[in-house]
Amino acid sequence: MGPEAQFKAYLADGKFMIQRSASTGRYVFYPRKFIPGTGEDDLEWVEAQGTGTVHSTTVNRRSPEKGGTFNVALIDLDEGVRMLSRVVGMAPEDVSIGLKVRATIGELHGEPAVMWEAA
Amino acid sequence: MASDMAHLRGKTACVGAAAWGCGEQPGWSSLEIMGQNARLALADAGLTIADVDGVWAATAVHAMPSMSLAEHLGIVPKYSSGSNIGGSSFMSHVLDAALHLDAGLIDVALIAYGSNQRTQGGFRSASEPVPFESQYDVRLPINAYALAAARYMHEFGATRAHLAEVAVAARGWASHNPEAFTRDPITVDDVLGARMISDPLGKLDCCLVTDGGGALVMVRADRAADHAKPIYLLGAGMAHDHRMISEMPTLTTTCAVEAGERAFAMAGMGPGDMQTVQLYDAFTINTVLFLEDLGFCAKGEGKDFVGGGHIAPGGGLPVNTNGGGLSCVHPGMYGLFVLIEAIRQCRGAAPGLQIPDATVSLAHGNGGVLSSQVTTIWGTADAL
Repeated sequence: MGPEAQFKAYLADGKFMIQRSASTGRYVFYPRKFIPGTGEDDLEWVEAQGTGTVHSTTVNRRSPEKGGTFNVALIDLDEGVRMLSRVVGMAPEDVSIGLKVRATIGELHGEPAVMWEAA
Repeated sequence: MASDMAHLRGKTACVGAAAWGCGEQPGWSSLEIMGQNARLALADAGLTIADVDGVWAATAVHAMPSMSLAEHLGIVPKYSSGSNIGGSSFMSHVLDAALHLDAGLIDVALIAYGSNQRTQGGFRSASEPVPFESQYDVRLPINAYALAAARYMHEFGATRAHLAEVAVAARGWASHNPEAFTRDPITVDDVLGARMISDPLGKLDCCLVTDGGGALVMVRADRAADHAKPIYLLGAGMAHDHRMISEMPTLTTTCAVEAGERAFAMAGMGPGDMQTVQLYDAFTINTVLFLEDLGFCAKGEGKDFVGGGHIAPGGGLPVNTNGGGLSCVHPGMYGLFVLIEAIRQCRGAAPGLQIPDATVSLAHGNGGVLSSQVTTIWGTADAL
């Protein structure tokens, strides 16, 4: 199975896993078979610390009939990689840049999804 | 071997341009709008369909647009390409066409676009779901631009009012342009009070959704003098550094830095030589970022540069003189219209306010989510 399917399989088991190069210690997200640009292919899966910081944030002003507003944010993981996700558990417009967050595995569209809440 | 593209400077020219069907064109297909523009641009060039031997096209609805267009017109090209890097595709087509013309592979290049998205139900993206993002119901492209805008405001102390100045200036230009879709003047308060869509971007921070099409015809410089108003390609450069917003290296700096440097190097010119500046303004943040990244002001200073009417009619730098994608026309992909306004300004034939004696114009394209950046520089024979 490829790295994307592997990531999802871990998530289905309740694990938020990311990749790290064994030789250089560099992390990569989203999952690949090698680190982009430099090409290290000695990637191993490690459990994410699950801690990070909001790098930027927006509120999707979706109408109530279509499900209401929700947050979309870019999260800088403490490992030094970035992912797009949602901050949940608080009003979408109260999410601010610099907010410390921790990961939680929720569900979107019937599939497990990494989301974040205030640390 | 290091690449030196400077020999391309002035080797090719645009000799025909058209922008037809802009606004609302009910009952017309995207291909028909594109075809009509191709015919009008060829007529403008004094050429016929039979003269065309190179075809470029990109749309949001055709998988093989250059084949669809060539078939529709009855052209059997020696070369064609439907390369799609988003809204800047047409600037990349210009560079591609210039290379093919200069190499002698073709003699007449046609670049075209058409869209009926407004009368066919609204914005439509050709984009596939993106891995690791689409699951979150990310709304693209606007969420991506909103994330960049929010970060810009955080890093440089900008406010929504700073961004609003971009929309007010664009409408100022549009108010003088009979081809512009929205022409009623607006204020900063109007922009701030408009419905919020994706914080910090409200409705008036976002481009229009219109129908419309356009086309350009390019030939080698040795043939250009046969035409009425050749506008020469002086420089072109491109770069892209991500596909998804989560992969953008720095949210507040685009690779318009690299694209602009390459275009300016080919032209042997700098920002101060540009008499009009046409930028792909899908959202208000675009204009601020591209003015900085192309070197018209320093990083972080764009928020002030766009204020006080500096980029509005009568200001210090004519930016998006047709009203831009914010107020003139934006049929899904706006890049070709950026080119057309730059070329019309150099011809002295802008449909709205003409910048007196403009001989050099910059046309900068953006594609994806601040992803692909392609800069072109155009000039009259006097600028060669």
